[in-house]
Amino acid sequence: MKWPAMGYARVESLDELWQVLDAAGPEAQILAGGQSLLATLSFRLSEPSGLIDITRIAALRGVSVAGATLRIGSLTRHAELGRDPLVAAHAPILAEAAPLIAHPAIRNRGTIGGSLALADPAAELPACVVALDATIVVASRGGERRVPAADFFQGLFTTDLQPGEIITAVEVPVATPASRQTIVEVTRRSGDYAMAGLAAVLAMRADGTVDAARLVFFGVGSGAEIATGASAALIGAPLTRATIAAAQGALADDLDPPGDLHGGPELKRHLARVITARALDTFLASAEQAA
Amino acid sequence: MNEIVTPKSLGLSREDLPNSYIGRSVPRPNARKLVEGRATYTDDVTLPRLVHAAFLRSPHAHARIVSIDTAAALAVPGVVRVFTGADLAKVCDPWVAVLAHLKGMKSAPQYPLPLERATWQGEAVVAVVAETRAAAEDGVAALAVAFDALPAQVDMETALAPGAVVIHPELGDNLVFTRTAETGNVEAAIAGAHKVVEATFHTGRHTGVTLEPRSIIADYNRADGTLTVHHSTQAPHMMQNVFATQLRMAEGDVRVICKDVGGSYGIKVHVYPDEMAVACMSKIMGRPVKFIADRFEAFGSDIHARDHRIKGRLAVDAEGRFLAFDIDDLTGIGPYSVYPRTSAVEGNQVVNLCGGPYAFDNYRCTTTVVLQNKAPTSQYRAVGHPIATTVTEGLVDLAAEALGIDPVAIRRKNLIRDDAYPCTSPAGMKFEGLSHHASLDKLLEMVPVEKIRADQAEQRKRGVYRGLGFASFIELTNPSPFMYGIGGAKISAQDGCTVRMDPDGSLVALSGVTEQGQGTEAILAQIVAHGVGVPVSKVKVVTGDTQTTPYGGGTWACRGAGIGGEAALQSAIALKEQILEVAGAMLQAQAASLDIVMGEVVDKATGQVRMPLAELGRIVYYRGDTLPKDLARELVQTRHFITKEYPFAFTNGIQASWLEVDVETGMVKLLEHWCVEDCGRVINPMLVDEQVRGGIVQGIGGALYEHCIYNEDGQLLTTTLADYLVPMAAEMPDMHVGHVETPTKESLLGAKGAGEAGTAGAPAAIMNAINDALSPLGARVLAQPFTPDRILRALGTIA
Amino acid sequence: MNRRIDITLTVNGERVSRSVDTRLHLIDFLRTELGLTGAHTACEHGVCGACTVRLDGDPVRGCLVMAASLDGSVVETIEGLSDSGEIRDLQEAFVARNAAQCGYCTPGMLVTAADILTQAPNASREEIREHISGNYCRCTGYQAIVDAVEDVLKSRRKSEAA
Repeated sequence: MKWPAMGYARVESLDELWQVLDAAGPEAQILAGGQSLLATLSFRLSEPSGLIDITRIAALRGVSVAGATLRIGSLTRHAELGRDPLVAAHAPILAEAAPLIAHPAIRNRGTIGGSLALADPAAELPACVVALDATIVVASRGGERRVPAADFFQGLFTTDLQPGEIITAVEVPVATPASRQTIVEVTRRSGDYAMAGLAAVLAMRADGTVDAARLVFFGVGSGAEIATGASAALIGAPLTRATIAAAQGALADDLDPPGDLHGGPELKRHLARVITARALDTFLASAEQAA
Repeated sequence: MNEIVTPKSLGLSREDLPNSYIGRSVPRPNARKLVEGRATYTDDVTLPRLVHAAFLRSPHAHARIVSIDTAAALAVPGVVRVFTGADLAKVCDPWVAVLAHLKGMKSAPQYPLPLERATWQGEAVVAVVAETRAAAEDGVAALAVAFDALPAQVDMETALAPGAVVIHPELGDNLVFTRTAETGNVEAAIAGAHKVVEATFHTGRHTGVTLEPRSIIADYNRADGTLTVHHSTQAPHMMQNVFATQLRMAEGDVRVICKDVGGSYGIKVHVYPDEMAVACMSKIMGRPVKFIADRFEAFGSDIHARDHRIKGRLAVDAEGRFLAFDIDDLTGIGPYSVYPRTSAVEGNQVVNLCGGPYAFDNYRCTTTVVLQNKAPTSQYRAVGHPIATTVTEGLVDLAAEALGIDPVAIRRKNLIRDDAYPCTSPAGMKFEGLSHHASLDKLLEMVPVEKIRADQAEQRKRGVYRGLGFASFIELTNPSPFMYGIGGAKISAQDGCTVRMDPDGSLVALSGVTEQGQGTEAILAQIVAHGVGVPVSKVKVVTGDTQTTPYGGGTWACRGAGIGGEAALQSAIALKEQILEVAGAMLQAQAASLDIVMGEVVDKATGQVRMPLAELGRIVYYRGDTLPKDLARELVQTRHFITKEYPFAFTNGIQASWLEVDVETGMVKLLEHWCVEDCGRVINPMLVDEQVRGGIVQGIGGALYEHCIYNEDGQLLTTTLADYLVPMAAEMPDMHVGHVETPTKESLLGAKGAGEAGTAGAPAAIMNAINDALSPLGARVLAQPFTPDRILRALGTIA
Repeated sequence: MNRRIDITLTVNGERVSRSVDTRLHLIDFLRTELGLTGAHTACEHGVCGACTVRLDGDPVRGCLVMAASLDGSVVETIEGLSDSGEIRDLQEAFVARNAAQCGYCTPGMLVTAADILTQAPNASREEIREHISGNYCRCTGYQAIVDAVEDVLKSRRKSEAA
């Protein structure tokens, strides 16, 4: 279907954005990369009164490191995320996730801010930023506020973003020598939304002891799902096949997946267990990996 | 080989016979426009006063249309008119899709837009015409249509049960057609068998997903009473007849133009109510109306196919010889049989084709074709073949396993001998000449079976499950009128070609078969160049216009090369004779002593050039006064061709699939695929290989990915390309194609069809490979598509 | 907010100015406003890749770009890439390998494949397959396309080495 009739305005700065937002009213939406928003217009499921194009606001661009924080501008495109050396060095899971998002042409337009604001339950980046314990920087006419990623996502396509607010950046604690990060997903075809996916971020000592763990699933619930029990099962002991098995066991209480066209909840639970092992196996001491 | 001169038949090299093009991989002359974005698809055509149509489609699987309020829609800016079923019925007669030779077949009359009830979700109910497609859609959104939802008959298994919703009460029940073929004594053979294996298979309902959606522009000219239709279709002449008949016009007043087609695969050979509505609206409005289906409309209203449940039994003796196949097929076809091919042919093909590659005596197969409230099904690439091949080859592997025989060995033992032809199959199919054993031999040269088996054993020790699967198949091509014509359908089994020499010595060939991307125009150019004796670059091929091309059936059932190609060859030969007649008069030589090579008349014995064709053209067209008065000098010839000896030209082949099943996730990774097929004489090996590869991947789609999923209310859930999974590049294997050539003797050309072989055999080969991979784990899958969910269930991993 | 937007952009090297309806995506703009019918729509959901064109140097889904947002942009379509000769070798390889059958996906496929030539000149067959995995082709089964891209990568590497 063709897009519904709507208005369009492009803004060059945040100040201009606040003005246009005030004038446009609550039915207007923010347009960033548009790779999900514009597709949904063809479903005529949403009919915004207008789209406010923020893609030329320079302040929303760029990747930088300050102290122990990696700041990723919200307009950073998936393709840029995938090739940015700072991202690769300080938040390797994001560099690993980028090629999993759809296809090159989509990655050339889609932005991290847009993906987080949409909060698609099967999307990679929301799970990654939750696993990284990142902070979502949100701005409005009234100023800036910082929301822990885990609090930002509030369910199916729902976030803490209030009317008049946009995401300006994501702040990620930089990886340390103890960091272990990986993302694993099961898709029917390359680039498809995941049947089940896992963003795993651990802190491990040299002896293998896990000091911190955040296992965050996607595609198995209403959003980025922190597996609290499974994560806890890993903490305080060296990572072994036994602790991984314990984490897998804990998923029964952590996840309550809905069925979809691929299959029922049991399929999702099973795949979640499988990818838990596949993700964590990569962090096992090489001696145990070989075993 | 038939008597057609090729370098090989003469023991010559290609250089000795420069305009020998048959058997040569010539690039398609019409490919350049495709790669430069300069093709002309229907949506690329714009006309003065063009308006655009959009449809309100039923949100219910079954509903009474209570009322239609068009006022708000008509008030939408840009909306020109709104049409209901009653409006269009005034100018268009309904059609009923039955074939007389399918005894007892019944279906209900269908209108461009329904009059009283919608019978599937996605059926067009009201049309809005506007200045733009967007405005037409706005108009649709503003329509107020009241539906009274009715109980829907969704499940085909209960369509004939007491209490079923009878979709068309005037038909009495939901039975469209049933037929049983029976040969020998199946019960006795089964009773006396050493082993009987049995299984129930499902082939998932899927659809063609042409990348170019269905597209049509109808342009009725009130001044001269003509209807010109720009149509993305496989069968321009058939559609000309349909438009003329239903709209009560003379055939000569209807012209169907079909330039480039963005994929068809059988999807675009049917009469679609919304497209008929476009023709009606143009006739009423006296201006051109365009309709380009969007992807939602494509999934909900393009024909679907292959929604079958098949129970099968195979009885074998102690040596592994096949004694009897006993098959029961059930298919749900939606609420109407699709015009004019009908929706009973797919099931009928299952009856015709099961057990096809094998020699056995006892056969029983029943198909039962029922109505249901889902999108209509009909002929899609390889109609019925993948179903019959899945059942047959699945049972063969079960028998091999039951007897402890190697899958190759059991096929070798039972495939019809290559010297057994002509012969008739237990299902009644007449085979002129097939090459199952030669094809198997060729396949075994290509597939490193020993290496694969060694790797398989090694990998299993490491918990990696790989499988190798085989599937022999037959394919029905070059159909005679026995397929449709005898049933009363106005579907032409004959086809024609006109070949003309222009003054500069170049040739124009006008053909009734059409180009859908498979390379029809390329092979016709090759055949004509070969037949007349000119460089292929001197041949221009024209297809897809009922006003200029000889009457023909178009493209379906793999007939382009075999039927259209033979017509082209015969007219080329006739033109060559005529040219030589004229040349003889001009050169004062016997025509028989002359030949045409690379566009020049030469002395046959010495090869000496006597006259370029351009000079002959100049004389004939501009200085005819210098030629003998009574010399016939028509440098244009038309020939038509139809098969007469056999109802169909059967082809055969065998495929093999090598794959790996991830038994933790249920995902299947395709490693390699092979196909050997025998399509008779190969005109352009590259094009045949690419037809086979493309066909295999469509078969892979049905086997692993594609599924039109409905919920129990008859709502289609897979309505986008994100939900309906088509094969994409990353998951596809490299495919190796080999050939055996057994030309048909029905024609000089000897060509049979090649476009459906890949699709016919691939799903069965993949199923057998998956089951080979899973065999150490005691799991088996028989329902397509073989999804992770189904594989994990078979493994017992999930319940 | 306005429902018609004035834009000036460069399409295939030529500057064009139009007042566009905000309902137009880039492909409908190219097809209906400029008569550039080489790029096709086939799903309009950003899934199939038939609408892939080059925007500011990168392949994008044309159906997921608002025409109204294009002021100051640089768009290249199959027509422009053909006229400039930039991908002539790739087009010739597609013809030679019969990597186009119905041709409907082909312009989008070529724009995507051209990206491989510049971004990943050493791509393996698997990497070629991965890179084109968002472009649906129903006809070929993809192998001929992979072959054609591989041929061009090899010949370009060879001519660079020479």
